[in-house]
Amino acid sequence: MKKYTVCICSGTTCFVMGSAELQTLADHLPPELKDRVEIRFSHCLGLCNDRNFSRAPFVTIEGEPMGGATIPAIIERLGKLASGNA
Amino acid sequence: MLFENDATRIRREVMVRIARAFLEGNLVREIDRIPLEMRPRNAETVSRCCVYKDRAVIRYRCLAALGVGFDEEKDELTPLSAFAQQALDRKKIEGPVLSVLEIACHACVKAHHKVTDACQGCIARPCVVNCPKKAVSVVDGVSRIDPKACVNCGKCQKVCPFNAIVKIPVPCEQACPVGAIAKDAQNRSVIDFDRCVSCGRCMRACPFGAVLERSELLDVLKALRGPRPVVAILAPAVVGQFPGSLEQIVAGMKRLGFSGVVEVAHGADLVARAEAAEFAHRMRGGATFMTSSCCPAYVQAAKRHVPGLMAHVSDTPTPMHVSAEEVRKRNPEAFVTFVGPCVAKRFEGRNDPMIDAVLTFEELGALFIAGQVDVAACPEEPLEQPASAEGRGFAIQGGVTKAVQAYASPDTPLKPVYINGLTRTTLLQLKAFLSSCPGNFVEVMVCEGGCVAGAGVVGQAQVSAQKIRLLTDSNVTRKAGG
Repeated sequence: MKKYTVCICSGTTCFVMGSAELQTLADHLPPELKDRVEIRFSHCLGLCNDRNFSRAPFVTIEGEPMGGATIPAIIERLGKLASGNA
Repeated sequence: MLFENDATRIRREVMVRIARAFLEGNLVREIDRIPLEMRPRNAETVSRCCVYKDRAVIRYRCLAALGVGFDEEKDELTPLSAFAQQALDRKKIEGPVLSVLEIACHACVKAHHKVTDACQGCIARPCVVNCPKKAVSVVDGVSRIDPKACVNCGKCQKVCPFNAIVKIPVPCEQACPVGAIAKDAQNRSVIDFDRCVSCGRCMRACPFGAVLERSELLDVLKALRGPRPVVAILAPAVVGQFPGSLEQIVAGMKRLGFSGVVEVAHGADLVARAEAAEFAHRMRGGATFMTSSCCPAYVQAAKRHVPGLMAHVSDTPTPMHVSAEEVRKRNPEAFVTFVGPCVAKRFEGRNDPMIDAVLTFEELGALFIAGQVDVAACPEEPLEQPASAEGRGFAIQGGVTKAVQAYASPDTPLKPVYINGLTRTTLLQLKAFLSSCPGNFVEVMVCEGGCVAGAGVVGQAQVSAQKIRLLTDSNVTRKAGG
């Protein structure tokens, strides 16, 4: 089965603005997604450099950026991908 | 527990904007714009009723970030720029650490029980039958609680077969382990500073972000631009606070302008040795037990709530104090800044002449963002004096005991007891130790899990704890002294 890649930005801005919490994403994945997600951590993705940084923390899911990322939002997106409803 | 929420985020954003304005040299000129920039006229999201209320609250958040107490505002027309100037001119911050923002707080009402529309109006009516105060009655087919008669015992909630009765708590009151925060007649939460131990739990618990700490961000920024060398002493809980290694965090801090960075874990190691010796001495003198003294919220809790414990609290100074003393010995001119996970350390720091300022990891994070320092991209800068595993373990529950045990004399073995997280129950337990203690060494951590779960952290407590456990479980890291 295809694995989906989630890449969590570990730049300092994203980390302080919320991606510290995203580090525990693996513990929050529902059973049907557990084996279908590969979680990576990256250096600053360079998405936060506007002065309002209002959308940090950023992740990319299958290469597509998501701002204001939260664990529920990531899981929702992955669920849609996995069920073919993306 | 997940700390991240919009209240946390707004607090951090205010700090970043203030630090950035300072670094760009236009704090006084620009600070009055911050509330407007954060909530422009056409803002898509507002936290409260409208952008105007949001701006008013953000204005007060700016005051807290400047280190100004809300009661210092005598005239509401005073612009933030005047407070910024005042903060730039002050020598050292004084007074209490926490402050309640009235206009943000009043939305929350006194703790009470409420019958929701899940009530089916059943004929068993256990809520009516079991209420000891006859406060529950059935009106128009559903249960109702008379708030005047209700004493919030919670029996009705427990017995309802439909889970239709809920308790609506006051989160700050519920979080406070020592009953120091309560609603007054106007429904505003007020902190009783005679009872408060500065643990900062109310700050984290308030869903309106209405409890704020008076920050020392500006005092540190000023020092970084000033003539004195600024030496940071980094608490052991630093592990896991930022992406990247400890050596990269050190490099990032140097980029911000800190002239030196020292691990408090080194001071913690010295404390563990001193505490082991003190323990042996006390035991030989016939003492029943000794408690740790590194947690400042615990020491305040003992002083204010169980004074009898003070005779049992270790006299060894805290790792922060010992580390600061070491820095001063080498560099009497230094501006010593403790950087840690703890709000109570701010209280300790304000009352310790060895310490010039205290920052939380959250504030250090704001400095990194404002100074455009990406920690994980920094080259590694070796530590002058890497600390031992024992010292680094002080940040997690059980770590202090482990360190003291490592240096304890075999003639006086430790029988450890752990108070992992101060609550009303564990406070009573501590009191009971005065008549009978199940061990002879009591380690007290006010934050459950240890310092890594402090109110000023950025990283996840369980992630930091795991990383520290890896460090302390391996023997290879024991470098200092040994």
